[in-house]
Amino acid sequence: MRVTIDTGVCIGAGQCVLTAPKVFTQDDDGFSELLPGCEDGAGDPMVREAVRACPVRAITLEEDQGA
Amino acid sequence: MAQAIPFPQDRTCPYHPPTGYRPLSAEGPLNRVTLYDDTEAWLVTGHAEAQALLTDPRLSADRQNPAFPLIARRFELSRREPLALLGVDDPLHNKQRRTLIPTFGVKRVAAMRPRIQRVVDELLDALVAQGPPAELVASFALPVPSIVICELLGVPYADHDFFEEASRRILRSATAEETDAGRRELMDYLGDLVDRKTKTAGGGAGHGDLADGRAAAPAADATPEGVLDELVRDRLSDGTLDRDELVRLALILLVAGHETTANMISLGTFTLLEHPDQLRALRADPELTRDAVEELLRFLSIADGLVRVATEDIEVAGQTIRADDGVILSAAAVNRDTTVYPDADDLDVRRNARHHLAFGFGIHQCLGQNLARAELEIALHSLLTRLPDLRLAVPAQEIRMKPGDTIQGLIELPVTWGRG
Repeated sequence: MRVTIDTGVCIGAGQCVLTAPKVFTQDDDGFSELLPGCEDGAGDPMVREAVRACPVRAITLEEDQGA
Repeated sequence: MAQAIPFPQDRTCPYHPPTGYRPLSAEGPLNRVTLYDDTEAWLVTGHAEAQALLTDPRLSADRQNPAFPLIARRFELSRREPLALLGVDDPLHNKQRRTLIPTFGVKRVAAMRPRIQRVVDELLDALVAQGPPAELVASFALPVPSIVICELLGVPYADHDFFEEASRRILRSATAEETDAGRRELMDYLGDLVDRKTKTAGGGAGHGDLADGRAAAPAADATPEGVLDELVRDRLSDGTLDRDELVRLALILLVAGHETTANMISLGTFTLLEHPDQLRALRADPELTRDAVEELLRFLSIADGLVRVATEDIEVAGQTIRADDGVILSAAAVNRDTTVYPDADDLDVRRNARHHLAFGFGIHQCLGQNLARAELEIALHSLLTRLPDLRLAVPAQEIRMKPGDTIQGLIELPVTWGRG
């Protein structure tokens, strides 16, 4: 699985950080980013909840081929 | 379809949506309602439909669109002037929001928590010193967010009687004229404040500054430093924002920054006092505070009625919203959607109340939501810890509520504790 954040769309609501704090954080300017090593979602089931929680649909999940 | 029912209606119970809305949710996720001026609009009560519509660029928040629905007489002059942030669409909205995202980010808000705790503690110290009974809105619920937003923005808290009254006129006046007068007073006040900050910053105020001699004595004009100073320094000087736009942003931040949170603190406290089992559970396990705040946000939905206008035809739930139709999304109804929240009409502080629409959804989702959560967690936890036998000082039926056409809350909350 691959998690990507469209920072051009992100409005800094912080919903992803609130929902899956082990995977998402915000940079100093308040925009969401992935914590180091979490580009694959780190196996956290809350990542899907974070995708749902994002008010501007800025987070996308790309499933691995054949998964 | 049933005949269009009136919107908005007053709540009969402070913490439940108006009973008059009940037939709506039973009819389906999308209904027709009649507004005060006999025009009709759509009312969205389904969770999935509301989320889909709030992320749909064919719905506009532009208050100056002649088709934008008005939900009360007091908004009748609101098309005259642009409303920053929440009343504009992208790309203008995005430009305005981006100037403020760093301020309300998770990290900046986390860094503010110790200061918020001190504000709360000092107010509680004063309450305890004064002794019971007390009126909790004026002595606690309103000052907490009011002091916090003043310090954050760089607005002198000493002026709070003035701007709280102006906010009240903007949000609760019966007439458009009085609402507009409140707005103009607050715009003038904030415009003057921004101009003083511009002088202090020493730039952007125009060429007359150095010549008129006032630049040499900035201390006389100094105001507390805050985000407005940063915006003057960084965004006014580089042309991202012009002076009027900055003043309009300041107005939204100041009004939205205290009235909403104040209502949540007072109504949240009242609601917990009226649900003693939930209050006991929360007191027994303070770790529940975060979930309890989230549940109170869902349950109370104090900012009901997110208003939009369609700019194109939109098919939703088997119906067609036509271009220029007014669309109102009822956060209170959506947050009681039983397909998302089982036993939605029950307050359950252990519930995982994720995905509620108390802060809206889409590009306009509340900019200050992280600050609001921090204030609510600290205020409610500290109040309940400090006053373990807090209770109403009058029968619950005597507590007066704000009317249905504004942000929901209590006008006064008389409480007592100890032997009071």
